[in-house]
Amino acid sequence: MIERAYGFKLVCWLVLAAGLLVIFVPIYYALVIASQPDDAERLSLFTLPAGHLVDNMLAAWGKEDLQRQLFNSTVMALGITAGKLVISLMSAFAVTYFRFRFRMLAFWAIFVTLMLPVEVRIVPTYEVVANVTSPLAAIAALTGIELSLNLSLIDTYAGLTLPLIASATATFLFRQFFLVVPDALCEAAKVDGAGPLRFFRDILLPMSTTSIAALFVILFIYGWNQYLWPLLVTTRADMTTVVIGVARTLPTDNADTQWNLTMATTLLAMLPPIAVVIVLQRWFVRGLIEQEK
Amino acid sequence: MASREKAAYFKGGILPWLLLAPQLLVLVVVFFWPAGEGIFQAFFLTDPFLSRMLFVGLDNFAALFASPEYWDSVRVTFVFAAATTALSMLLALALAIAADQVLRSSMVLRSLVIWPYAVAPAIAGMLWLFLFHPAFGVLALALRDLHIDWNPLLDGGDAMALIVGAAAWKQVSYNFVFFLAGLQAIPKALLEAAMIDGAGPLRRLRDVVLPLLTPTTFFLLVMNLIYAFFDTFGIVDAITEGGPGGATRILVYKVYKDGFQAQDYGSSAAQSLVLMGLVIALTVVQFRFVERRVNYG
Repeated sequence: MIERAYGFKLVCWLVLAAGLLVIFVPIYYALVIASQPDDAERLSLFTLPAGHLVDNMLAAWGKEDLQRQLFNSTVMALGITAGKLVISLMSAFAVTYFRFRFRMLAFWAIFVTLMLPVEVRIVPTYEVVANVTSPLAAIAALTGIELSLNLSLIDTYAGLTLPLIASATATFLFRQFFLVVPDALCEAAKVDGAGPLRFFRDILLPMSTTSIAALFVILFIYGWNQYLWPLLVTTRADMTTVVIGVARTLPTDNADTQWNLTMATTLLAMLPPIAVVIVLQRWFVRGLIEQEK
Repeated sequence: MASREKAAYFKGGILPWLLLAPQLLVLVVVFFWPAGEGIFQAFFLTDPFLSRMLFVGLDNFAALFASPEYWDSVRVTFVFAAATTALSMLLALALAIAADQVLRSSMVLRSLVIWPYAVAPAIAGMLWLFLFHPAFGVLALALRDLHIDWNPLLDGGDAMALIVGAAAWKQVSYNFVFFLAGLQAIPKALLEAAMIDGAGPLRRLRDVVLPLLTPTTFFLLVMNLIYAFFDTFGIVDAITEGGPGGATRILVYKVYKDGFQAQDYGSSAAQSLVLMGLVIALTVVQFRFVERRVNYG
């Protein structure tokens, strides 16, 4: 298109510049703070990054519990991601490729969980996780049997991940994808004598790799950035996630706090998910856009 | 969407149930059981020390709706959600339109814009607090030099502005990705036709681009409201902890405080039920809309 609208174009460039400024100001000053020496003067708007970024990051890396918390976050993010992908793929396959009684019931049971985010059932979910046998005990009590089992998932990796791995969204995305897979493939597999599991493993899964990659990025970010749930189910500093660990070192008025180290720690906690989004950007955008469909 | 079927399928039997078993097990243990227990608790008064329960009917709800503190929290939540949604959508839309107009390829810009999506809400809150903390935040100090009163630790309005800023900042990238995709899906021929008819860039924006973006805008509106209602817990907890004086105590934060710190299970469960109603309403709106678009879009 050839058109002379310099005024409009200028406004567009200004909008872009202003928008990027807003987006980058918080991270710029985070870098400024994290790169100051321990005895830095009071910061101002015009303070420039100093040369101690690497030193501070190394110091932060060596802080008590930090490596352990980064490890916990990794376990949690990967555990949630893998768990969600596996159980969603299996359920989507079951409700798409089989006809059986109560199929729609199973489908709707998964569907309604969209309406039960953890935020709205905080207390009872916590109680169940504090003693996973409590549903069993309650049912047994109805039949007159006293059960006193106690299996707590507080401060365990299972407690961090299991309650978050059910996923209506991922199940739907895979179902949508399976629905557009040509029927001829399934027919051909059946003619060749392949059973359902063989078809699932050798044909459906390899075809789904792009969808899996797209969801992987979204779910990894979701898992890494969890806040409310790890806050509830962990009580020990060595079992919590790095996001919680960092948020606990909140700024106070205390002048002795080493802001440069706090900020360096924050940067370490932000780095893994940001790296995943930037490096796997193509799949990330694809995974996001598919949610609209 | 639920009525769509595969023409080729496998016979039933036990296998589909085995495949569904892990998902259904997790659902029963951590979704349906706790949700049922929550509904149950909403109608009882629990004594945290004696572990005794007393049926009180709708008393928990009556007490909730009679409490000015609750309505305060409702008002705070809606102000926060409306401001966050409006701010982040407008900023993202402006950025996406500008990028679509002047950049030949928006790939580089997209990389520059999407990363805040990966920042945890609590950490986004910390970054913003470091900028605007009245004692050492560089932007707070700059405001003071301009003789603007600013103290989010003491002033409710300032605290609200700060959590809105942090929440909207984090959500701009999400909205930008969708707006940009929506803009790129608009057929160039339509814009060229409008241009030949003499419509300038602003006229084209108003009469062609924005109407065609309506489905995306509506989808984002629902998603942003859900985000502001439920996913911003970490921002509030990191920056204000609901303060000062309840000025930023959004509903989700109140459920958490009343349930875990005040141990008022009945009230917390009643509040959870109200929130559940809100999620259901938003989900229904979204799915009705999706259906409409499939039919007429």
